[in-house]
Amino acid sequence: MKGLSVSKAVTALMLAGLVLLPLYSSLSGNIFILTLFTRIVILALAAASLNLIMGFGGMMSFGHAAYLGIGGYAVGMLAQEGVGSGFIQFPVALAASAIYALVIGALSLRTRGVYFIMITLAFAQMAYYVASGLARYGGDDGLTIYKRSDFSGLIDLSNRTQFYYLCLACLFGVIFLIWRIVNSRFGLVVQGLRSNEQRMQAIGFPAKRYQLVCFVISGTMCGLAGALLANNTDFVSPAVMYWTRSGDLMVMVILGGMGTLFGPVMGAVVYLLLEEFLSHITEYWALIMGPLLLLIVLFGRGGIMGVLGRAGRG
Amino acid sequence: MAEPLLRVEKLVRRFGGIIATDNVSLEVASGELHAIIGPNGAGKTTLISQLTGHLAPHSGSVSLAGRDITYLPAYRRCALGLARSFQITSLLLDFTAADNVALAAQAHAGTSFRFFANARKETGLRDAAHAALDRVGLAHRADVLVSKLSHGERRQIELAVALASKPKLLLLDEPMAGLGVTESQGMVKLLQELRKEVSIVLVEHDMPAVFALADRISVLVYGRVIASGDPAAIRQNEDVKRAYLGDQHVVTHHG
Repeated sequence: MKGLSVSKAVTALMLAGLVLLPLYSSLSGNIFILTLFTRIVILALAAASLNLIMGFGGMMSFGHAAYLGIGGYAVGMLAQEGVGSGFIQFPVALAASAIYALVIGALSLRTRGVYFIMITLAFAQMAYYVASGLARYGGDDGLTIYKRSDFSGLIDLSNRTQFYYLCLACLFGVIFLIWRIVNSRFGLVVQGLRSNEQRMQAIGFPAKRYQLVCFVISGTMCGLAGALLANNTDFVSPAVMYWTRSGDLMVMVILGGMGTLFGPVMGAVVYLLLEEFLSHITEYWALIMGPLLLLIVLFGRGGIMGVLGRAGRG
Repeated sequence: MAEPLLRVEKLVRRFGGIIATDNVSLEVASGELHAIIGPNGAGKTTLISQLTGHLAPHSGSVSLAGRDITYLPAYRRCALGLARSFQITSLLLDFTAADNVALAAQAHAGTSFRFFANARKETGLRDAAHAALDRVGLAHRADVLVSKLSHGERRQIELAVALASKPKLLLLDEPMAGLGVTESQGMVKLLQELRKEVSIVLVEHDMPAVFALADRISVLVYGRVIASGDPAAIRQNEDVKRAYLGDQHVVTHHG
C-alpha cells in the first residue's frame, strides 16, 4: 500500500483549513483574515469554473471576468431598483451569465486557438465598456450595493461567518458538479475534443454543440461567483470585468494545475495570499510576483498539483 | 444488381490548379473488400477525406446505401455507418485504450448529453470497448494510456475504434503504414477476419497485402481511376503496368 499521495494530503489539508478558518478567525479575533479568505473562496470558485473549459475542455477563454461583472451587476442593478431578494437576484445573475455565455460561445467557438483567446477577450472588453456607460448604475465609478441579497432569514449574508460558509458551500458544490461532469458521458466527449477534435468528429461527435454547452455551464458557474463577489464588496464596478482580472483567473488555474479538480482552488489561495503578502512588503509587488509565476510555469509543469504529484511519485 | 453499399459518382476536387480527384466513380458492393491503390500523390487520401466528409468535393456525389451523403458532415456519416481509420494515427493520446474505444461506442449509444452518471461505469459501453479491443487482440492493454502504446498497437486501436461504432463500411487509410513485417502480417490476418463481418475500402501501399485481401482493386493515378477490377485483371492490365507500376515486378513477383 502506497498510502496517501502528497497531492491528496496537501489538498485535504487545504480544504480542512478552509472549513476551519472562521473558527480560527473568531478565536484569534482576526476578522481581516476571514474577509480575505471570503474573497479567495469566491475567486477560487471563478477559477474552478474557468478550469472546466480551459483545463478540461481546452478552450482558452481570456474573458472569464465578464461573468464576474454580469453576476455582480445583476445583483447590484436589482438592488438599486428595489429588488432585494436573493431568490430573485441569484437566479437572474445565473441566467444572465448563461445567456451571455450562449451568445459569446456561439460566436467564439467558430474560431480556434489564438483567435478564440482574442475574441473572448474582445467580448469581455465590450462588456467592460458597456458597464462603464451605464450612467444610471454608476458608470465608471461603479455601483454601491446598500443591502446584501436577502434570503428571508434563511441565511444572513451580512453575517461574516454565515456569508463565508455560503461561499465555501458554493465552491464545494461547484467542484462536486465539475467532478461529476468530467467523468460523465458529456465530460468525456468534451475532454476528447480537447485531445483530438478530428478524431472525435470521425467517431461521430459534432464538436461545437458539446463545447458550447460546456462554455455555458462554465459561464453560469462564474456568474454565481460574480453575485457572491458583489455581495462581498457591497459594490460592483466595471473594473471586475477588466482583462487583467481575466488574466488573474487564468494565472490561478495554470498556477494550481489545469485540468485538475482542486488545482484552481490551490492556485487561487496561493496567488491571492502571495499578492496580499507581497503588497505589504512593497508597492512594487508585481515585480516579484511576475518572475515568481514565470519560474513556476517554466519549471513546475502542471502547476502546483503537477509538482505535488511528481513529489508523490518521486 | 442490388444497390451498392457505396457509390461514388464523378467526384471532382481541385486544389488551386491541381485536380486531386478527377471524375472518380466507383462502387463498393456489400460484403466486398475494395482496395484503392496508386502511387504517392495519386489523390488517395483526398478521395478518402471526401468519403468521410472531412473535405467537400467540388462536384459529383457520394451515396451510402442509396442515401446521398455528399455534403453531410463527418459525424453524421459516422452515424449512418461509415467508420474510418486515419493514415497518420489519430487517437486521444491522453486517454486509455479502453476510453478511446468506449467513446466510439458511446457515440452510437444514445445521447451524450448526460452530465452526472459516471460514463466509465456504464457496463454496456465498457463491454463494447473490450469486445472491440479483444477483436484486434489488445484486450490486455485496455487500461494503458494510448501515449504509452507502441505504433503497431496504436494502429490496432485505430481499428478497434472504427469497429466499436459497428459500421456498415470501414474506410481504412493505410492501416499498415509504418508497421514492421510481423505486425503487417498480423494486420493482414486481422483484416481477413474482419472482412467477413463488414465491407471495407482499403487504401494501402503494401502490394502483397492488397493482392492477398482485395476482392476488387481500383487504381488511382493523378486523381483518375485508370483501372478497376479483380486482382488478376489488375495484374494483367497494361495501363496499370505502364502508368503505375514502375515497380511492376512487385506485382508479378508476388502473383
